[in-house]
Amino acid sequence: MSGVPASSGRSAGRGGGLDRRLPPVLEVGIVAMVLCIAGVIDLVSHVPRTPDLRPPLGLLAAAAAVVAANVVALARVDDFNWRVFRVVGAWTLLAYGIIAGMLVFTFVYDRLPAGQLSLLAVTLAVFAVDIPMMLAFSVARYQPVQTDGR
Amino acid sequence: MTITASQVAAAPPRAGAASLPRPPASIVPLRGLPFAAAAVGLLIGSIASDWTWGLDFCHVAGGGAWTAIDLFVGLVVGPIIGRMSAQARAEFSARFMPAMLLLMPTLVTLTLGSGFQLARHLHFLDTSYPGHAWIVASFFVVGTMAVIAIGILEPANLAVLFEMRKPQPDGELIGRLMRRFVYTAGVTGLLQLGTLIIMTHLAA
Repeated sequence: MSGVPASSGRSAGRGGGLDRRLPPVLEVGIVAMVLCIAGVIDLVSHVPRTPDLRPPLGLLAAAAAVVAANVVALARVDDFNWRVFRVVGAWTLLAYGIIAGMLVFTFVYDRLPAGQLSLLAVTLAVFAVDIPMMLAFSVARYQPVQTDGR
Repeated sequence: MTITASQVAAAPPRAGAASLPRPPASIVPLRGLPFAAAAVGLLIGSIASDWTWGLDFCHVAGGGAWTAIDLFVGLVVGPIIGRMSAQARAEFSARFMPAMLLLMPTLVTLTLGSGFQLARHLHFLDTSYPGHAWIVASFFVVGTMAVIAIGILEPANLAVLFEMRKPQPDGELIGRLMRRFVYTAGVTGLLQLGTLIIMTHLAA
């Protein structure tokens, strides 16, 4: 991963001060969340009819693309506390996994049609990348950068 | 979430921040975990057994607590915190933020999981239901609250807790993040008023 120091967004520097810039991970993550949630609302608001899956599918694809771009932008940053990012991200993923597991249990229990179930499962998968990344970033950005890299 | 002090490297000293109170060793209050697990267990049991009273209880108790906490924190506690000294604000945050980190996701899961199942059982989700527009409106309100909570509120909450664990926390940063936390709690509090309006319309 190449070392692109920064693009935009205020964040912490080596000492935790506001002296360097990082990609706008939180802001972009929020955009992805909005796209996902809009798709889910569209899907759920048509129950019990089988809705046209194309609009939520389009929103989900856009969200996935936004999350992928966010991952790439963040991965190119070298000047960052990756150790704290990984620790917070892993614990957040565990907590998210419990909540997502609850949701999947409910969807399967409700015998959702395969198309809707697949769409919701993929939405949860996109969230599984987006949410831990946002929360881990929000902590690691204020932590001092370590010299041992990733 | 347990993270040792060695995993968070030291920051350089900040003026006026040397004696800020620290949150407990574990970011998440571990003693609260059995209660959270019991609440989620009750929800799963209620869903699996189609237990209407259990679903009702989870939705009313969880939703009531969620709404009350959001309103209280955003509209009552928030302005008080804003007038506290940095030291008092930090001391309050060290005790308050870990509790919120466990309590709020549990209440939200409880409320939304049971609410969805209740709506399904009572056919509120059907487009033929006369109050369907209110249901869709509630999806928008909840979706907005989720974006605010996960995108702004929780990141600020976590960042404050980790900042306070540093040997020399940055008081200015903590104050800024706390203001963000309190403002967004106020916005979700106002959105909760919308939820109350919608839910009372559905119950009427």
